[in-house]
Amino acid sequence: MSDFTPISALAGGLLIGTGATLLLWLNGRIAGVSNIASGLLSWKRGDALWRVVFLGGLIIGAYTCNRIIGTAPVARAGFPPALLAAGGLLVGYGTSLGSGCTSGHGVCGLGRLSPRSLVATIVFLIAGIATATIVRQVFGIH
Amino acid sequence: MGKFIAILTSGTIFGFGLALSGMTNAEKVLGFLDVAGNWDPSLLLVLGGAVGVTLISFRFVLRRPTPLLEPVFVLPTKKHIDTPLIAGAVLFGIGWGISGYCPGPAIAQLAAPNWETWVFIPTFLLGALLNRVTTQQPTLQTTS
Repeated sequence: MSDFTPISALAGGLLIGTGATLLLWLNGRIAGVSNIASGLLSWKRGDALWRVVFLGGLIIGAYTCNRIIGTAPVARAGFPPALLAAGGLLVGYGTSLGSGCTSGHGVCGLGRLSPRSLVATIVFLIAGIATATIVRQVFGIH
Repeated sequence: MGKFIAILTSGTIFGFGLALSGMTNAEKVLGFLDVAGNWDPSLLLVLGGAVGVTLISFRFVLRRPTPLLEPVFVLPTKKHIDTPLIAGAVLFGIGWGISGYCPGPAIAQLAAPNWETWVFIPTFLLGALLNRVTTQQPTLQTTS
């Protein structure tokens, strides 16, 4: 059950790149969401507000898009909550240890031609592909 | 004030793109990562489109001495490909492949939250906190 949506995927990707460009050009910051979010865990004066504002923008942008296209993703009925919690822990721990996620390493790091980000992106794509394929094809969990 | 309007604008465009691209839909993300299923290559175009923009635009932006509204660029200073980078990327990839969520889309999904959102975001923050208390290391430093 997966539909190829090339136009919205490409348009969305261009917008993601544009948002990252504006943040770097105007405010000098890397649009790496894992670092922006986890930076709130060590609440430093003067460092929190911009993070909250950016993350709020993510939510406003997604809300606006959902309203325009008239749909929002729905939860998977049979997906095990414990597995999702394990996924969340691994994503949080891994992005903190590896200093970035899909946006920080993938979108911004590759844009900066960072060798670290290129390696990280290749590694998390391979790990993600292997894991998703095993979880769905071997264990039949959707 | 102006700089926060700029940040809000960047975030809003970014978040609109995440939702439009389908990245906030974990099922669609897993349809890309699961290459043995009914493979959906859409995410290649998301990443390709985003990186296509930054590869060009960052050349011009980083040629400037400073950003437009702030005195300095805040960029990663680490240069070496080390064990934490690889181990972190492996663990993140496994978590992404299990859940279908990476941090940006999960937070953007607060626009239309469901039970998955309320499980993923707290556990994501807990995981990041666990790493921070075990290995405290600054990832970003100010450069001029």
